[in-house]
Amino acid sequence: MLSIKNLHASIGDKEILKGINLEVKAGEIHAIMGPNGAGKSTLASIIAGNENYEVTKGEISLDGEDLRDLAPEERAHKGVFLSFQYPVEIPGVSVTNFVRAALNETRKANGQEEMPANEMLKVLREKSQLLEIDRKFLSRSLNEGFSGGEKKRNEIFQMAMLDPKLAILDETDSGLDIDALRIVANGVNKLKSDKNAIVVITHYQRLLDYIVPDFVHVLYNGKIVKSGGKELAHELEEKGYDWIKQEQEA
Amino acid sequence: MDLKEKLLSSFIALEERVDVHSELHDVRTLALKNFEDKGFPTKKDEAWKYTSLNAILKNDFTVFPKQDNTIEFNQVRKYFLHEIDTYKVVFIDGVFNSFLSSTTHDGIDVCLMSSALNKPKYKMVIDTYFNEIASKEESLTSLNTAFAIEGAYINIPKSKVADKPIEIMYFSTGNEAALLVQPRNLIIVGENSHVQIIERHQSLTENPVLTNSVSEIFAQKRAIVDYYKIQNDNLQANLIDNTFVSQKQESHVSVNTFCFGGNLTRNNLNFYHLGERIVSTLNGITIIGEKQHVDHYTLVQHSQPNCESHQDYKGIFSDKSTGVFNGKIYVEREAQKTNAFQKSNNILLSDKATINAKPQLEIFADDVKCSHGCTIGQLDETAMFYMQSRGIPKKEAKALLMYAFSNAVIESIKIPELKQRITKIIATKLGVKMGFDL
Repeated sequence: MLSIKNLHASIGDKEILKGINLEVKAGEIHAIMGPNGAGKSTLASIIAGNENYEVTKGEISLDGEDLRDLAPEERAHKGVFLSFQYPVEIPGVSVTNFVRAALNETRKANGQEEMPANEMLKVLREKSQLLEIDRKFLSRSLNEGFSGGEKKRNEIFQMAMLDPKLAILDETDSGLDIDALRIVANGVNKLKSDKNAIVVITHYQRLLDYIVPDFVHVLYNGKIVKSGGKELAHELEEKGYDWIKQEQEA
Repeated sequence: MDLKEKLLSSFIALEERVDVHSELHDVRTLALKNFEDKGFPTKKDEAWKYTSLNAILKNDFTVFPKQDNTIEFNQVRKYFLHEIDTYKVVFIDGVFNSFLSSTTHDGIDVCLMSSALNKPKYKMVIDTYFNEIASKEESLTSLNTAFAIEGAYINIPKSKVADKPIEIMYFSTGNEAALLVQPRNLIIVGENSHVQIIERHQSLTENPVLTNSVSEIFAQKRAIVDYYKIQNDNLQANLIDNTFVSQKQESHVSVNTFCFGGNLTRNNLNFYHLGERIVSTLNGITIIGEKQHVDHYTLVQHSQPNCESHQDYKGIFSDKSTGVFNGKIYVEREAQKTNAFQKSNNILLSDKATINAKPQLEIFADDVKCSHGCTIGQLDETAMFYMQSRGIPKKEAKALLMYAFSNAVIESIKIPELKQRITKIIATKLGVKMGFDL
């Protein structure tokens, strides 16, 4: 589904990604781990189309379609979703209205009619239950005054509403207490199917106890330096990232 | 003949229509003298550094328009807050129109300045309040005073809540090639009373219009006044609004200015405090484009202890539009424990748009909290990326962000139907159908 080949990217003069290769197939969960500053969030942003980064070399495609020249919204319309590490506050625009606009724009771009109000209500109710969100929460201004946990839950709620092909969860576990972590992970697992794929970006192994990956990749200094199964995450948890660093520098 | 000369000679014509032996006429004569001495302000005046009237003053304005102008309600229905019942004081080319108006003397007075100025029963009120706080120095205010014959007169006695909002409307029809109108409003809100007022100047023509308006607002003890100015006029319309607010102890007055257009708009907004524990609120949203120009010039004079003032002005400027925010806070020596806050946040959407923001704080008391902040920026890129990554196209994302930017001020609107209306105008201005109930 997602195919990344020899991806190099920089911001200004600084090269951040130095040749990433990654193949994600439908039905798979991949985890990307690594120390701070390795380029994890940059990779997530670039897949979603953040124009602050320049792709200098390499390819990114989704189901064989080149993503490089597409605007972020066009990528979203093709099924890419990025759950932000720091979701943005938008005062005066309620969660419901924002999600409705996002969903209908995507439908419009794919030649579908806007979702009828009664169906919208039904889906809103269903997906908010999935993330244990109550109705009142939906009428609050998007992310304004939300706790860290509420922001992340709201991100996954939007993911549930938009039903993407490829979801990238950027540090979704940061700022979550154990209950919120359980709810969020549970939501993600229920959304998982053999038709979509999930890339989990995280610093810690904690989230991976709940969202169990098929593959774990270690990103260090702009490159994937190690790949393996879920046991690699446990190894990292035990040994820390110094192990990787030493191995790389040796 | 230039406009100044024309006005001076028009004053002689005015004298044939009014009682020249009244005290009121002495006030007019004195005001004319001040205007004669000072003339129209130019960019050499510090207060008019960024706003030039030169081009506008070249028009051959008619000072006394024809009296027989009528318009059908259906033509202008959309300018009223027609979703709810309101009192209406409506003027066409400066002349009161009883057909479109809905005035009252039942418990409260919502009527005409001309009757208040001429009928003996109002004499005491007029003697006490008329031209009491309007500037005697500023030449445009003096010009208005000299020609003050018509406008809205609102008097809410003690302990009354006006049962519905009051709309003050000025239409210009284009029956004159170029029209100068000088409305004069007087608003007195008694002890413990409450009123909501909406003021709008609307040109219905492509002919140039210059409005030089003066409003005096008196809030007695514990009075609450919510005042809304809607400025959404066409590109030939020019407005100079001079508003003077006098507040007694524990009164709350808010003036909210929604400025979406006109060719040139200047808002002189002045607050004076006569007691303690007063709250003054000045809010503004400006969204303009093309070559439009908007200048907000505010003054809050803190003369008494324990008072608050809050200023929050948001501006979005595109194309070659220009904006000015000049906010003066003056805290006198006696005004200890003053809380005075001022914010002016601006977004420039084009390289050719300009904003000049100038906070002026003069503080002579030593135990006060005062703050000011002016920001000028572009739209937040992270926020744009966030919305786009959810599938919202750039243009819509931009509009949503601008809406969010002005939201704090929109939230302060206390009349739900007006809030809806302003939201709609903003959505239209931003060129986007926001297909949801924001």
